[in-house]
Amino acid sequence: MRILILIRQVLDAEESVRIRAGAVDLSGSKLVVDTMDEYGVEQALRIREGGAEAEVIALAVGPDRIQDALRTVLAMGVDRAVHVKTELALDAISLSKIVAEIARQENVDLILCGGQQADWDSHALGAATAERLNWPQITWTSALQVQGKALTGSHDAEDASETFAVELPAVITTQQGLNEPRYPTVPNIMRAKKKEIRVEPLEQFQVTPKLRVTGSEIQVKERMRKILDGKDALAAADQLVQLLRDETRVVA
Amino acid sequence: MILIVAEYASGKLSKSTYEMATCARQLGKEGPVTALVLGAGIASIANEAALLADQVLVADNPALAQYDPELWSAAVAQIAKEGEAHTVLISGSKSGRAFSPRVAVRLDAPLLEDVISVKADGNKLSAERYTYLARVMEKIETDAPVVVVTVKQGAFSAATPGTNAVEQFDADVTLPQPRLRITGRSAAQSARVALSEADIVVAGGRGVGSAEGFTALVEGLADALGGAVGATRAIVDAGWRPYSEQVGQTGKTVQPKMYIAVGISGAVQHLSGMNKSQYIVAINKDADAPIFKVADYGIVGDVNQIVPAMIAALRK
Repeated sequence: MRILILIRQVLDAEESVRIRAGAVDLSGSKLVVDTMDEYGVEQALRIREGGAEAEVIALAVGPDRIQDALRTVLAMGVDRAVHVKTELALDAISLSKIVAEIARQENVDLILCGGQQADWDSHALGAATAERLNWPQITWTSALQVQGKALTGSHDAEDASETFAVELPAVITTQQGLNEPRYPTVPNIMRAKKKEIRVEPLEQFQVTPKLRVTGSEIQVKERMRKILDGKDALAAADQLVQLLRDETRVVA
Repeated sequence: MILIVAEYASGKLSKSTYEMATCARQLGKEGPVTALVLGAGIASIANEAALLADQVLVADNPALAQYDPELWSAAVAQIAKEGEAHTVLISGSKSGRAFSPRVAVRLDAPLLEDVISVKADGNKLSAERYTYLARVMEKIETDAPVVVVTVKQGAFSAATPGTNAVEQFDADVTLPQPRLRITGRSAAQSARVALSEADIVVAGGRGVGSAEGFTALVEGLADALGGAVGATRAIVDAGWRPYSEQVGQTGKTVQPKMYIAVGISGAVQHLSGMNKSQYIVAINKDADAPIFKVADYGIVGDVNQIVPAMIAALRK
């Protein structure tokens, strides 16, 4: 079987977001593989290591710097990578067209992608890709087993955890807790340098962004920060409850 | 027309449906606000929707007894096409955000995800939404003739239902064969108000010490306030609390009137799930914890002493 993982490169969660001229400015910031995508990589590698005859392919769409993210997942153990080169910022619905087309070209059986992107805060890529391929989807997957063509596992629904069964091909979106992603080892980092990253031009996919981003601003709500010293716990608790009653009108 | 896909639970419309009704009325686009109710045995829900919309479409079909993103998206896209909807509003809930992308692809429409505002200006539709783990507000726009919008829960006020029920129409839908089998379900049972609908959320982190500490402090305070209970990822991973209570990037996003963080340090992934709360209250022993930077009120001190004292003060 062939497994495709969509890899995104995002701002490290520890970094501050900067805005320049109404847009998020990533220059000089630490960029990393979206953690959500690392769960997908780890899961694909575990499927392969579990004895399934599987080839694991990573796909990334973006500028040249995104090859750093592909090298990272190649060092984790991904077999080869495809880089669709573009400077365009694509929304999830547009991006799904490329993922679906690569999945067709590569004859893929299973696609793994992140449940929520750490930059666009989007949940849409997995489902949109599944629709384009007319495949089923499982979102927010917390456990996954593959046996031949049968996928089973559990995922999170609105207010419950559900167990599921579905047949390949399918799209799975990941979440924290699915597994514990491995770190690349030094020999694997060396080996990864020799692995193939095939570069494809964007033009063949005929995508145009469906949305325009017209501005961005940092969200900081001014907070009052009335912080009490709790050495005298009883007095501080009384005072806090009084403040909440008098000033917020939320507490009765 | 503006199509609202009604969301409901336990035989009643969810708050999100009332919020979508407000969103539709404020949109500035012409056409009747049409509520679409999908499911099986949904007459009472359709009746409730009839007090909210200009007309109601009811797809009452045994095949829709259980939510399935493929079936839901096929039905919504078909009805949107037949009714020539220019705007499809879907809840920003977990399931809404899971089937809406399929609707957008079927309609060849852009998807405006989890918007906090949306406004039409002629043929242009502008919206605002949070990005970068809710640290940035982004403005987006499109000129597309048909758009799919998911509406962030809690971003719009709930519409007040009218007194005259509008007309209901049966909608026939052609559904694909289900491929996904749900083989089991474990819902967390709770007598408390739902996390995403609560005015007050009391949440606990590692600082509560143990699962028992959580029960005494966090659940105790929540019950004294009539609030819901939330948890950080760390203590969900530790098995102290069910995932359904997790607040943050990989859990729920909440926007209550008051969020009380007990023993929570305030990692960015957690903050992204609650930093839009109207008031944030923090109780933590570490004065340097990031949670205090986003707090309106707080106490630096021992949660084991302070929280029981707060519960006592509230019961006075």
